[in-house]
Amino acid sequence: MTFLDHFFGILFISLHAMVPITLAATGEVLGETAGLFNIGLEGIILLSALTGALGAEAGGWLIGLLVGIGTGLAIGLLFGLISTYWKGDQLIVGVGINLLALGFVAFELIILGAPGFHAVPREVQVPNINTPIRKDLSPLIFLTLALPFLTYYLLSRTQLGLKLKAVGENPAAADVAGIRVNLLRLLAAACGASLAGLGGAFISVDWIGSVTKEISAGRGFIALATVVFSGLNPLMVLLGGFIFGFFESLATWVSTFPGIKEVVPWQVVSMTPYIVTLLVVAGAIGRVRFPAALGKPYIRE
Amino acid sequence: MKGLGLISRLLPLGESLLAGLVGLAVGAIIMLIYGFNPIEAYFALFRGSFGSLYSLSEALANATPLILTALTFAIGLRGGLFNIGAEGQVYVGALAAIAMSLFKLPSGLHLVLTLIVAMLAGALWSLPAAILKLTRGVHEVISTIMFNWVAHFLAYYLIANILVDPRRAEKTISILPSARFPILVPKTSLSYGLLVSLFWVGLALFLLWYTTIGFEVRAMGFNPAACRYAGIKRWRTALFAFLVGGLTAGAAGGVHVMGRPPSYAIFSGLGGLLNLGFDGLGVAMIGRNHPIGIVLAAIFFGGLMAGGRLMQISPGVPLELIRVVEGVIIVALAVPELIRIFRLFREKITIWRRG
Repeated sequence: MTFLDHFFGILFISLHAMVPITLAATGEVLGETAGLFNIGLEGIILLSALTGALGAEAGGWLIGLLVGIGTGLAIGLLFGLISTYWKGDQLIVGVGINLLALGFVAFELIILGAPGFHAVPREVQVPNINTPIRKDLSPLIFLTLALPFLTYYLLSRTQLGLKLKAVGENPAAADVAGIRVNLLRLLAAACGASLAGLGGAFISVDWIGSVTKEISAGRGFIALATVVFSGLNPLMVLLGGFIFGFFESLATWVSTFPGIKEVVPWQVVSMTPYIVTLLVVAGAIGRVRFPAALGKPYIRE
Repeated sequence: MKGLGLISRLLPLGESLLAGLVGLAVGAIIMLIYGFNPIEAYFALFRGSFGSLYSLSEALANATPLILTALTFAIGLRGGLFNIGAEGQVYVGALAAIAMSLFKLPSGLHLVLTLIVAMLAGALWSLPAAILKLTRGVHEVISTIMFNWVAHFLAYYLIANILVDPRRAEKTISILPSARFPILVPKTSLSYGLLVSLFWVGLALFLLWYTTIGFEVRAMGFNPAACRYAGIKRWRTALFAFLVGGLTAGAAGGVHVMGRPPSYAIFSGLGGLLNLGFDGLGVAMIGRNHPIGIVLAAIFFGGLMAGGRLMQISPGVPLELIRVVEGVIIVALAVPELIRIFRLFREKITIWRRG
């Protein structure tokens, strides 16, 4: 294999690895713009990876992806409802979602008969696209590349986008202007969470093709880091998602590459995406400004 | 007036109990969906958690590390920090404790030194997140989770290489008998490690409520803007919360490997260490981030874990359901108006009944 082959190999895995992170982060940009900070992304990805896989086995890959989206939507609605109308603490709801997902996925995997691992049959996985270079490209990659642009358009060129920014920046003023603050926040959080759900279903129904207790592997939190890196700009999410996807696939590639894998332990290689995340976020902060009302429930005076 | 004060102090307890009921109810619904008998399962759960001296001891043994990891989170939250790094600090503390058994030392000294090293290792692991927070403004939710994952793979590496048991490749060397906590109740897992947890509960109470720095930490969590005017330094309170949290999480890892029979070692895949930090988070929330509340919540949760084993054997409900129940309890606790919503619901039913 030539250098170029390796380069395309890594690039190819990167394109897949960036999908769940970019989808979840794009959704989270919507939510955070409106003022909701959802640290339950990790749990949503984990749970919808499971439900997506079960959905695909019941009715094919499309049903699987839809079930994933539906799972995200349901959790997003619950999260949104508690953090808006019920004035709950967003961080605490997020932690609860993560624990719940962790427990439920482990529980369901035991019920399915194979503790810790469940494979999705090849025939119900998302069919791949044949391209001149590689034969196994996922169609969801194109959706992932397009969504940040659509979100960018929504946020900066439409009236709805302006309203979302208003409820995140100054909910009291938005309220006076006749915007239904809580409803808009709830919808933003629900849409955002459904994208994380799609990301989770992508992992099990398309990319990796199996479910384990650790299938989400911190991707929800890396998505949160991507949002920080992006400064709530969806186009920067695309860049951030690609950076994190790249380092994840670099790690995968290094751990299988003869000559390197004998010298560098795989455990050390596996740490790199997380260390890179820390470095990138530490470097990004300072130039980034977040909505003034982020994380606080809106209470009318 | 005095009575009102008492009620308002007991209100958090009532909320926790109500949230606990919601959690158990959702657990029951899930069991019904999966075709288990919830009454039978909860009966087994109760029998296995508090039904005998043996099960009570097991509940307390489970509670021992959870009290410590819950303190990590609670001290952070009291200071306005959402420190969820206990998970990784537990691994590092446990690994450091195991590493201390590479040396031979006299009995009592070995135990004390091992515990201290485990605590310091946990504190050391919490330090980078504190520094990133203070110098670069990195949110601690992101940094601590990333350090958890780094610790996860560091543990995999050390278990498989440096600390590996030469006779059994799937586990580390065992803690030497000279550094083990003696068993408190014979033929159970409960060791004197429990005293370490209780000592830290007392220390946390003292530090947070009877020292200046503790007051500053709590003030910072309560109203950071007012603290700025009062001249309280953010870096002092944040560093204190992170480091003390690291000490307790490190102690949790140490106590778990030093006081948990029969293996006194870490297995590849991390076994019993896994999720101690995250379960501690739940315990802290159920205990309303108060050291005394945490003790009660940890015993409750440790009991669920112990009873879950019995529930897994007899009606066959997987133990993992306990964590689902825990998650639901926390989601329910996040709703500040849970009691009000509950009351409103009851009123609606009465109105509907009256016609």
